[in-house]
Formats: sequence, C-alpha cells, structure tokens
Amino acid sequence: MILFQGVAKRYPSGREALADLSLEVAQGEMVFLTGHSGAGKSTALKLVALIERPTRGRILVAGQNLAAIGRRGIPAYRRQIGMVFQDHKLLHDRPIWDNVALPLVIQGTPHRELDKRVRAALDQVGLLGRERSFPIELSTGEQQRVGIARAVVGKPPILIADEPTGNLDPELALEVMRLFRRFNEVGVTVVIASHDLHLIEQIGVRRIALAAGRLAGAAHG
Amino acid sequence: MAEPLARAAGPRFASQLRGWFERHLQTLVASLGRLVRAPFGTALTIGVIGIALALPACLELVVENARALSGGWANALDLTVYLKPHLPERDATQLAERIGARGDVASARLVTAAEGLAEFRRWSGLGAALDALTENPLPAAVVVRPRVAAQSGDPAAVGALADALRTLPGVDQVQLDTDWVRRFAAILDALGRALAVVALLLGLAVLLVVGNTIRLDIDARRAEIEVIKLVGGSDGFVRRPFLYGGFWYGLGGGGVGWLLVESFVLTLAGPIARVAAAYGSQFAIAGPGVATSALLVGGGAALGWIGAFISATRHLRAIEPGVEP
Repeated sequence: MILFQGVAKRYPSGREALADLSLEVAQGEMVFLTGHSGAGKSTALKLVALIERPTRGRILVAGQNLAAIGRRGIPAYRRQIGMVFQDHKLLHDRPIWDNVALPLVIQGTPHRELDKRVRAALDQVGLLGRERSFPIELSTGEQQRVGIARAVVGKPPILIADEPTGNLDPELALEVMRLFRRFNEVGVTVVIASHDLHLIEQIGVRRIALAAGRLAGAAHG
Repeated sequence: MAEPLARAAGPRFASQLRGWFERHLQTLVASLGRLVRAPFGTALTIGVIGIALALPACLELVVENARALSGGWANALDLTVYLKPHLPERDATQLAERIGARGDVASARLVTAAEGLAEFRRWSGLGAALDALTENPLPAAVVVRPRVAAQSGDPAAVGALADALRTLPGVDQVQLDTDWVRRFAAILDALGRALAVVALLLGLAVLLVVGNTIRLDIDARRAEIEVIKLVGGSDGFVRRPFLYGGFWYGLGGGGVGWLLVESFVLTLAGPIARVAAAYGSQFAIAGPGVATSALLVGGGAALGWIGAFISATRHLRAIEPGVEP
C-alpha cells in the first residue's frame, strides 16, 4: 500500500531529515514508525501526505507514484488519506459537527447524507451527542477523537497519524491507540508515528524504527 | 463515496446539480454571515466601495441632466430672420409665407417693424426716448422655429437652415444663437470623457480595496485554509468563500453607492426646482434610472467578485501546509 524506495529528504534549511529510507506497508496493515525526535518519522508521514516532496527516491501509495501527482492533483490524492495530527488541527470557530463534516463537504457529499455520516463517525469515536459543542469545550483527548472522526468520516483506505497521543495521559493514549486498531481491523491501512515505546508494545503491531533518517531495524512486537 | 455511484445516471446528474447548488448557496450564506459578524470592518469596506461607486455615478447624473437641459434649449431655439429695411409689408408677408412653407421649418411668424417697436418699447422701458424717433429704426423680422431642431436637436441642421435663409432675396441677416449651445455640448462631451476616466480609476480603486480586504481576510484565516488543504480541499474550494465575500462587499458597496446617489438627487432636487422656477422652466433633476441603478449595484458586485478572484488566486497559492517541520 505504501512503498518507499531509497527516499531522502533535505529541507531548504539544509537539515537532512531522511537519508536513505526504504520500507513497505502492506494493504490493511497497521505499523508504528518509531524513533527519537528528529529520526525522520514526521517527515516520512509528510511525504506520504504530499505535504513535502522527497529530494531523492521513489514513493508509491496505493499504486500511484507520488512524483506523478502535480499540484492540482494533490487535493484529490489527499482525500484518500485520513490524517491525524498531534495538535488536532481543528477549526476552533466551528462546532464539532462542522469540523467532522469538512472532508465530506469538500468531496461534495449531498447535504442529507452529511448528518448521518458525521454522526456515525462521532459514534465510532464515542462522541455522539457533542455535535453542537465547540472544540474549546472539549478535553484534549476528546479533541483528538474529533480529529480522528474527521480523518475517518470520508472512509479513506489509508490513515496516518503523527504523534496522535503526544499530548495525552497514558490511559487516554491507550484508548486512542485502540481506536486506531479498530479502524485497522475493518481494513484501513494505518501508519502511526510515535515515540512512546511502552504504549506501542501494548498494541502489538509491527514497528519500523527510524534513526537518523534510515531504517534502524524492523521488529515484530 | 460508493453511494452516489450506485444511483442511475439521470437522477445522479440532477442530484449532483442540486448538491452543487446547495454547496454554493451554503457558502454564499456563510460568507455573508462572516461579514455580518464583523460589522465595523465590513461597514468600512462597503462604505469605501460605495463612495468610489457613487462619485462617478453622481458626475454622470450631472452630465446627463445638463445634456437633457441643453437639449431642451435646442428644441426651443428659434432663428430670427431680419428683413431688409423698408421692405414693403406685402413682400414681407410673402417672404414669411415662403419660409413657413419650407419642409425644415415648423413655423414662421412675421413680426412687422411696428410690432417689433411696440415689443421693444414694452421690454426696454425706453418709451419716452423712442417717442423722440421720427421713424422706426427696426426692420421687420420673421421668427422661424426649425423643424429639424425640434426633432433631433442637431445644431448643424439649424446652421444649414440659417445658411439657406440667408440667400433668400429680401433677407438682411439671420441671427443664430446655436453657437453657445454647441460650445456647451462640446463641454459636456469633454466632461463625459473625463467622467469615463474617473469611473475607470474608481473602478480600479474598488478592485484594489476588495483585493486588499480579501488578502487580509486570507491572512486572518491562514490556519483554517491550511487545515482545509490538508483534508483535501482544492484551490477552488478554498477560494470559494472569499469570492462570495468579495461579491457581498461589492454588492453592499453598490447598494451604499446607490443610496448616496439617491440622496444626492434628493438634496439637489429642491434647489434646482427653485432655480428652474426662477427661469420659468419646468426642469426637474432626473434621478438614476433603473438601468443606472442596476449597473451601480450589479457592477459593484461584479467588481467585488473580480477583485476577490484576483487577490484570492494570488494569495491562496502561497498558503501550503507545513513547509518546514
């Protein structure tokens, strides 16, 4: 589903985030990208989301060579990928319903289907009934779950998350990770960047360890 | 995603069209709501646009009214044909009849020397002085109202008639007062040209005002735009609310401009009616017609949309999520 071949990324500032990374994530698989801060986890996810372009190497996602996707093709490509961020990236001036509905509205989902699907997504993350609340009225853990609902509402085949539990206490973090696991169990390919090894062990899926922009060694957890 | 595909082609198209319409309507209303929630800034922008639109519209109104007024003068413009002194009254009558029979003459009225003197006596107040005259110094005259002028108000046609009358035997001179009307028309034409330049510049100003407001709007909503782009919003989707924002600014500005023009007319109507009455004229200032009003409001909306389009297309491109880690 996701294939990196000899990928390197050097930022304009000169920092080399990825040196030479090759990895593969199978369809329907769930993996953790681990490693210290600066190991290249975030950069790898940004390359998958086409937020960044690699300096060298080839990336294939769902059979598409990302180098062949131009500026205008990016929005359509991103709709196949659900993204979850450490800082949630919610729109704070809009209620939860609007936040979750955003990807559907972008896709042009008919209005009468919106509510059904938004509520279904909120139900999946355990926040049904909070549609009219604003993000600020929710706890950090709840905000993160809204972010997850927004990422899955469009039923994307791929879900990527960058440190989704970075701001959560261990209990909430485990809950969020189990949520990802449930989506994975229904066939979604899930890639999560996380440095929380203790938490990752509790989920028990494949880990891809990065160090200094390279593969540090793969281990099955 | 799979649900819409399952439907039949016909209803699917209709439903897509409906969805498109729904989305645009929703954005239209939402962008209006956004402006209403920031009333002060919105009022400033709309006020500036309104003034920029009202200025050329008021000028246009002045020029149009002056043109209507001078057209009225040209209609009432008579030629005075002075006959040779001491022309026998019988000849004068014949000449007046001959002039009156012309196709380009609406009417010709003979004013005999005696009538002319009586009229002059009445208007000049020189009664006693005139009594001292042993003979009437005034020639007979024919007051000619041209038909062409009554129809087209064309000063050149009146000039041609005057030339023709000058060649008639028994005619001494023809007095033609179109020169100043022609000058006035030329001044109005020049004003009209200046007006076009002013309108163009102020239209450009509206584009810049809306463009700059939209640029500030975009800066203020940078985080939101990034999020929308991250979840797959296309440039067109991100731009849409700003285009409607520009549309509302322009529409509001056009409405304010129209109100300003109307109040300009209302303010001037009274004084101008008094001036007209003093000159014994029925002239009343004409307000902006339906076409001008529609142009003002519709043109404002169009300028707002275009300004927003230019600004949004340019500035939204620069906003891409996460350039540096």
